[in-house]
Amino acid sequence: MNSLIPLLVAAPLAGAALLLLGGRALDRFGHWIATALAALSCAFGLVLFFDMLGRDTEHRAVTERLFSWIPVGGFRADVSFQLDQLSIVFVLLITGVGTLIHLYSVGYMAHDERRRRFFAYLNLFLAAMLILVLADNYLLLYVGWEGVGLASYLLIGFWQHKPSAATAAKKAFIVNRVGDMGLSIAIMLMFAEFGSFAFRPVFSAAGDASEGKLTAIALMLLLAACGKSAQVPLQSWLGDAMEGPTPVSALIHAATMVTAGVYLITRSASIFNLAPDAQTAVVVVGAVTLLFGAIVGCAKDDIKKALAGSTMSQIGYMIMAAGLGPIGYAFAIMHLVTHGFFKAGLFLGAGSVMHGMNDEVNMRHYGGLRKYMPWTFATFMAGYLAIIGFPFLSGFFSKDKIIEAALAKGGTEGWILGTCALVGAAVTAFYMTRVVLLTFFGEKRWQPDAEGHRPHPHESPRTMVIPMVVLTFGSLFAGGLFSLGDSFLHFLEPVTGHEEGHAPLSAFAVSAIATVCMAAGVGLAWLKYGRKPVPVQAPRGSLLTRAARRDLLQDDFNHAVLVRPGSALAATLVFFDSKGLDGFVNGLAAAIGGLSGRLRRIQTGYVRTYALSMFGGTLVLVASTLLMRSV
Amino acid sequence: MNPVNYLYLAALLFTIGASGVLIRRNAIVLFMCVELMLNASNLALVTFSRMHGNLDGQILAFFTMVVAAAEVVVGLAIIVSIFRTRHSASVDDSNLMKL
Repeated sequence: MNSLIPLLVAAPLAGAALLLLGGRALDRFGHWIATALAALSCAFGLVLFFDMLGRDTEHRAVTERLFSWIPVGGFRADVSFQLDQLSIVFVLLITGVGTLIHLYSVGYMAHDERRRRFFAYLNLFLAAMLILVLADNYLLLYVGWEGVGLASYLLIGFWQHKPSAATAAKKAFIVNRVGDMGLSIAIMLMFAEFGSFAFRPVFSAAGDASEGKLTAIALMLLLAACGKSAQVPLQSWLGDAMEGPTPVSALIHAATMVTAGVYLITRSASIFNLAPDAQTAVVVVGAVTLLFGAIVGCAKDDIKKALAGSTMSQIGYMIMAAGLGPIGYAFAIMHLVTHGFFKAGLFLGAGSVMHGMNDEVNMRHYGGLRKYMPWTFATFMAGYLAIIGFPFLSGFFSKDKIIEAALAKGGTEGWILGTCALVGAAVTAFYMTRVVLLTFFGEKRWQPDAEGHRPHPHESPRTMVIPMVVLTFGSLFAGGLFSLGDSFLHFLEPVTGHEEGHAPLSAFAVSAIATVCMAAGVGLAWLKYGRKPVPVQAPRGSLLTRAARRDLLQDDFNHAVLVRPGSALAATLVFFDSKGLDGFVNGLAAAIGGLSGRLRRIQTGYVRTYALSMFGGTLVLVASTLLMRSV
Repeated sequence: MNPVNYLYLAALLFTIGASGVLIRRNAIVLFMCVELMLNASNLALVTFSRMHGNLDGQILAFFTMVVAAAEVVVGLAIIVSIFRTRHSASVDDSNLMKL
């Protein structure tokens, strides 16, 4: 049965290779091949999952060693897969949501002439992500990590003819490189410290290492997580990444890629648990990002960018939970899964709306769409209610657990984190309500597009609606299902460990407060956007709004602090190089060249000239000999 | 007769040969001038041998003759082949090695 694990990865990988190498012959049906292979991978995942459930808790984790990749002396890297409870959760999320998004893309990309290539990249992305979560050592994880980065680059910049998309792809790749550097340094530190980078030896030896070294490794892992998961300070790429086709946003920027950071931290729990300082850093990053993303989400008029801010914020919740240690890991993963469902659903809904509105993304040009797109409206509402934590839907269970865990951290820290999480919940409710009100309610503010076509909103084709409906079930029921008898928690416990937190408030009180916060957010949004008509032109807004529209000045900050000094340094070096070094070398060459030109004239090519110089030489020799004798 | 006179003659012959090498352009003449210089030095060597009363100089003269013979063989061959290809025996025309 374990031999299915490599096949899990091989199926989408083969799809990518087939579609990329297959050429135009596959243009007509290549997308169905890709979708079928993703579904096949999902089926393998389900078989492995039920197989795992059939075993005792101690025997659930299995390892499948494929081959030895780099055996050099004491250095040994294997291509070896490990499937345990944590991996299988990710496998099911990636392949499940991935398959749905493949199906959705069949409809969404129907009129794109490079559709085959798009599906090849989607498959490549799935394969890379599966390698990432199935690796049993950090080096193979790094392969998947980079593969995900590459696939996201290709997909974000898929419409490369648009300069903004090309730039966004480069930005995502470059910002991710900073994080990747963190991961590679962490791997090197691990090898230096433990002599290995496979999970098992590293985690078992972690207890003997000094706290300083562990903190260094953990901080580098955090840097990596910040890059991939778009956390402060490496968050700037996520908003621009919305330049990619909408299914890409759903796949990469909601359900899978950005979760890699959470996976990395949860997987490295044994290291983080022993490095309290690093854990504090993780918690701070998470808390800051959850507020940062939420504030950005409030100000954006672009529906996808508003959702991107929301993604950033929700991942912030997960990172914060993961930073809390054993009281939070399982909840981080639980929120990750429920978020995977509802955020993918929301993005697909946003894509469906754009599909019907001539690719308009400005929410101020929507309005009143609920009658025209009933299915999109219904599924979007389900995702909306789930993400704001409406009682007894998915987000309610997973988010409340995180708030509870934050409070259970204890002391002032616990209160600060808990407050951040609650404020985040209120702001989430505010911006999501804003999105829904602007898009589906109110009067029609439709605007003709650049060519003057008035939009005729219509429901999307069936291939797009079905995935949204399936995701709706996840958004509605996943959280409740996971919480039934804490089944999800007990399932993950052998991998992540779990400690019962002791929150200063009862679980019921936390839920009540969170619900009140949510209601306050919804109410405020209704007062601002539901009660009175929404202007088509965005009002100037307060200072905070204007800052949030510019992503809270993150790009300006990066530009001023990193880009400007960087290019100044480069300019200085170029000046020094071209004037100083090149000047010296070129001058030397010119001097020697000129001198040689003069000297060359001596060579006349006539025999007598050479004979004369020989005679002259002989004369000098004889004369000097005679002179020496006489002295 | 005073052997020093032979040395004067040798010096004269050598100078004539050297001037010829420097001045003339015809390869054959040049060649003859080189022979003249070699023979002038032979004469000087034999004279020294006589003056010093040993045979060293005469033995060296034989060596010179052998070398000169070898030189004539190679040199004439070169001159002939150059003349065949370029229809000229002027050394000034053979300046292809010049850049």
